[in-house]
Amino acid sequence: MWQNLLDWIEYRIPMMRVAKMHAMEYPAPKNMNFWYVFGFLATIVLVNQIVTGIWLTMSFEPSAERAFASVEYIMREVDYGYIIRYMHSTGASAFFIVVYLHMFRGMIYGSYQKPRELLWLFGMFIYLALMAEAFMGYVLPWGQMSYWGAQVIVSLFGAIPVIGEDLTVWIQGDYVISGATLNRFFALHVIALPLVIVILVFLHIVALHEVGSNNPDGVEVKRKKGSLKEEEKTKFKMHEYYTNKYDIIDDVVPFFPHIVLKDLVAFSVFLLAFCYIMFFKPEMGGYFLEAPNFEIANPLKTPAHIFPVWYFTPFYAILKAVPDKLFGVIAMFAAIIMLALLPWIDRGKVKSWRYRSGIHKYNLIVFAIVFVFLGYLGGTPQEPWKVTASQIATIMYFAFFGLLWLYSKNEKTKPLPERIG
Amino acid sequence: MSNAPVDNSRRRFLTIATSVVGGVGVAGVAVPFIASWNPSAKAKAAGADVEVDISKVEPGQLLRIEWRSKPVWIVRRTPELLAELANHEDKLKDPNSDEPQQPEFAHNRYRSLKEEYLVLVGICTHLGCSPQHLKGGAFEEQVEGVPDGFFCPCHGSKFDMAGRVFQGVPAPLNLVVPPYMYIDDNTILIGSQEGAA
Repeated sequence: MWQNLLDWIEYRIPMMRVAKMHAMEYPAPKNMNFWYVFGFLATIVLVNQIVTGIWLTMSFEPSAERAFASVEYIMREVDYGYIIRYMHSTGASAFFIVVYLHMFRGMIYGSYQKPRELLWLFGMFIYLALMAEAFMGYVLPWGQMSYWGAQVIVSLFGAIPVIGEDLTVWIQGDYVISGATLNRFFALHVIALPLVIVILVFLHIVALHEVGSNNPDGVEVKRKKGSLKEEEKTKFKMHEYYTNKYDIIDDVVPFFPHIVLKDLVAFSVFLLAFCYIMFFKPEMGGYFLEAPNFEIANPLKTPAHIFPVWYFTPFYAILKAVPDKLFGVIAMFAAIIMLALLPWIDRGKVKSWRYRSGIHKYNLIVFAIVFVFLGYLGGTPQEPWKVTASQIATIMYFAFFGLLWLYSKNEKTKPLPERIG
Repeated sequence: MSNAPVDNSRRRFLTIATSVVGGVGVAGVAVPFIASWNPSAKAKAAGADVEVDISKVEPGQLLRIEWRSKPVWIVRRTPELLAELANHEDKLKDPNSDEPQQPEFAHNRYRSLKEEYLVLVGICTHLGCSPQHLKGGAFEEQVEGVPDGFFCPCHGSKFDMAGRVFQGVPAPLNLVVPPYMYIDDNTILIGSQEGAA
């Protein structure tokens, strides 16, 4: 009976075939370590953002007059409204934490290298869409930091020669940030960008499953057809889609349940931290929700210090480090574009930092420290020493890519193992 | 199925013609979507001119009003403030206001129609924050020897009492002087200037 129903469905839509191909019979390298949980966590957070977001729109009113009050209404009068809002606001920061770790994983293990260039590019597009999504979402509560943050970001477009001014007015729908801006950001935040993000995530996963997952050794588990002896091939049943094209080495496990269970352990640890912040520190000392945002937007009064939320501060520091407006904007976008170009900047053939040169490890670690330091500089009040510091840090940020390009051509690497140890 | 021979040039013509007509259609349908992002008629009306009574502004005082939802400052400058303007021009980025940040009538050292009254859009030219008015020596902390000026708390840009930007700060340009005119000695109309519609 049950089998008949499944067969009936399978004849009409490839339900089990897709589940097998992408989960039960998807070959995942057995040595994926904790760095590999962040993609899974990002997916979970995306679901959280969509579900809580739908519930928030039920009580939120997107108008300059009512937005701030309706958020307070959610916080104080809607049953459990405060939890749903804090799940959403904590989720926004959590999203960037896991995404930054996910990206750094890709950098240390060379997951952007051939043949995963497109996979990396889709990831970068998700990251861009996520930044736009987060920025517009932050405007919606219509607090002081929403308003002035939007002012700063939108006026970046004013730096574009000739069309800048008109473009700014067009984006705002008014001569300043106003209710018209709020309404369109709402539409983009709840409909347009989530659709874009979900589609990009789908493409990201399709691309991943086409080329296969990388692993901490950077050794490919899919080998040329006919290159492996029978005893070297995996004993697990993997989907024909993969086995018809390749010989799969005996260093893989099916994604479900092996990798999913490991991801769930990570998820439980993540959930513990997430809930602690959500219940006890939802503002995270002003980093997740900034103090001026508890005051309603006032176009005639600038807060004493304006910073974006923490996840934008590294790029904000780069923007401020350049004393010229147009070049500041260019440098900021270039900082992101450089990341997207990593597959072509890195001319090395060995993926993982385990088998690459000492200078590469050192370069990556310095880059991570510089990125965090830039975040600190961009997220704390302006002081004279910070101008010089952020200029030096900006140069070091770009130097990472320049050095990588130079040394990766003829890098001295360690021999790669045949098998995953 | 007809057995007529394939006429490739005819096919090519039809393909191109269909694509062009389709492209025009796509461009046409894009117009309302793009144009709907422009300021609405209501927003344009809210951007209309503002009349300001300046008879009660004391010397040295700054009057803050709203025009197109932007802060506009009207400062009544004392003769000392006006005299001071010439003393620090070496520290300015654009002391002669060569950049078109003001109507032609304000293209002078005082950046105003009448020397006494300074009219400025109170929005920093860096990233749109509203600078603070520091007066009576409070500005000395920012620029040595200049007692009065405007200081932007966002990124530390500094402007003098004609809205001219100092060197070594992130703001690229002098503060904007909006179009304005005197209706009579005590009333300024912000948003229009003489000789323009």
